[in-house]
Amino acid sequence: MKRLFPITPALLCLLGGLSIAVVEAAAPADPPAKTEAAPAASAAQVNTFNRLMTPKSDRNQPPPLDGIHDPEGPGTKTLQAPRDAFSALPKSSGGNYVNWVQALKDKAINPRYDRLNPKEEPMIMELDIVREVKGFMPDVVYPHDRHTQWLDCSNCHPDIFVPQKGANTISMAQILMGQKCGVCHGKVAFPVSECRLCHSKKKDQALLKK
Amino acid sequence: MRKIRRLLENKTGWWFLSVLAVGWVAGLFHAQPAGAEYADVVLNRLSEANGVRPVIYPHWFHRIRFRCKVCHSELGFKMKAGGNDINMLELMDGKFCGSCHNNNIAWGLENCHRCHSGLKGLETGIRGGHKAGGPGVW
Ligand code: HEC
Ligand code: HEC
Ligand code: HEC
Ligand code: HEC
Ligand code: HEC
Ligand code: HEC
Repeated sequence: MKRLFPITPALLCLLGGLSIAVVEAAAPADPPAKTEAAPAASAAQVNTFNRLMTPKSDRNQPPPLDGIHDPEGPGTKTLQAPRDAFSALPKSSGGNYVNWVQALKDKAINPRYDRLNPKEEPMIMELDIVREVKGFMPDVVYPHDRHTQWLDCSNCHPDIFVPQKGANTISMAQILMGQKCGVCHGKVAFPVSECRLCHSKKKDQALLKK
Repeated sequence: MRKIRRLLENKTGWWFLSVLAVGWVAGLFHAQPAGAEYADVVLNRLSEANGVRPVIYPHWFHRIRFRCKVCHSELGFKMKAGGNDINMLELMDGKFCGSCHNNNIAWGLENCHRCHSGLKGLETGIRGGHKAGGPGVW
């Protein structure tokens, strides 16, 4: 045992280093399987709070740390960090963590509606469409005004939605699959986690319970 | 294997094993890529096959400056990741990204590395976190 002593720790360090290197290389692959292989980790380290949630500190990472930009790329460091751009914008709880609707309303941003002419104003259509929802969830109000701020009619009509009230079948399953409202919501516009932004019209719950 | 068992029978061995485990777990957390910004698009239909880094297009950056309509209606970008036939000749002819990245509206095409900034091996598609990527994801 005595003779082994100076060798084993060194070996272990090497092994430890190696295992970390291996894990680092395979980082995106599912980590839970790997934590199982580390039996001596203390309970507090394994049984963390919010195991499956992104910690706040990991939101809006700068390009060199975001896992898709190459930190070695000569251009990567010149790119803007989202946090710098977002610090002056109203916050939200999903997606970019920016409330883009409010940012427009507050004139915190003024994105062009025309490639060349910064003065061109969008054509806003004021028409809310209420969609009655099965079950207990509040009804969905689809607001044309907040969409036509950003989009052209042809972005939705007729490819995604036939422009006629009630002529389209829409369900949560389709939205989660990236169809209908999910063409944008969950990809670029605010994600599906923000239920109340869409399910915004109260129903008479007393009627439902019968 | 016998050495490891012997390690488990003495205190120093345990000590080193714990250090190893702690280091490993710390490494695990350290190694987690934080995740791309919501709505970043990776374009790698041609890039890597032709010896350049994949392109990363940031929606968040552009939507501060332009409404969706400019690209997705005026300039004809289809709303489908990988669904547009974009290549360098088209860009040079003033189409797609090249309708702005022309040293007039925005910096020009000579700044290869600002667009070709992705890690090798990335697949074309939209990134950033939400689970609406389709079946198998949710
Ligand atoms: C409608 C015009 C327009 C189009 C189309 C466009 N861009 Fe841009 N882009 C801009 C402007 C304006 C800037 C800011 C330039 C500046 O800050 O000098 C920019 C900046 C960028 C940046 C740098 C962001 C930063 O962190 O500073 C990248 C990368 C980029 N564009 C990539 C692309 C790619 C890739 C495409 C095509 C898929 C594209 N752009 C299409 C207008 C456009
Ligand atoms: C983001 C997507 C989107 C955009 C952009 C959009 N619409 Fe719609 N539109 C809808 C949806 C969703 C409905 C409801 C369809 C249903 O209930 O089945 C609708 C319904 C309609 C209807 C039918 C109303 C009724 O009472 O029957 C008309 C007309 C219409 N839209 C016109 C327009 C025009 C004009 C524009 C451009 C100024 C536009 N839409 C832009 C999504 C959109
Ligand atoms: C073509 C893209 C697109 C489609 C399709 C789309 N949206 Fe949107 N929606 C947007 C964008 C862009 C915004 C602006 C806010 C943002 O980006 O987060 C928005 C905003 C909204 C808002 C306003 C949120 C607020 O803060 O006031 C509601 C509500 C909404 N969408 C509901 C829907 C519903 C319901 C559908 C399906 C019937 C739908 N959207 C389909 C792009 C889309
Ligand atoms: C982008 C807008 C949007 C968001 C965000 C959203 N929903 Fe929906 N939801 C809809 C629409 C549209 C329908 C279909 C309404 C209809 O039948 O016409 C629907 C339908 C439903 C239904 C009825 C069953 C079905 O599939 O038709 C349930 C339950 C539901 N949503 C729950 C949720 C919950 C829970 C969340 C948040 C995690 C959520 N929704 C977020 C738009 C949205
Ligand atoms: C404004 C952003 C932008 C800039 C700047 C840019 N590229 Fe590209 N490049 C693209 C996009 C987008 C594609 C298509 C990506 C894909 O699908 O793989 C592309 C594709 C390519 C390809 C694949 C084959 C081909 O010919 O299209 C090569 C090679 C390439 N770029 C080299 C360069 C070089 C060299 C430069 C600098 C002189 C450069 N690019 C500058 C956006 C850009
Ligand atoms: C400066 C140009 C530009 C602007 C502005 C822009 N986009 Fe895009 N968008 C792109 C490009 C480039 C792609 C990728 C196309 C490809 O892969 O061929 C894309 C892809 C998409 C996709 C497809 C994603 C997928 O997974 O298939 C959606 C949805 C989308 N954009 C929605 C929006 C919405 C909503 C807005 C406004 C808030 C917006 N875009 C603003 C350039 C733009």
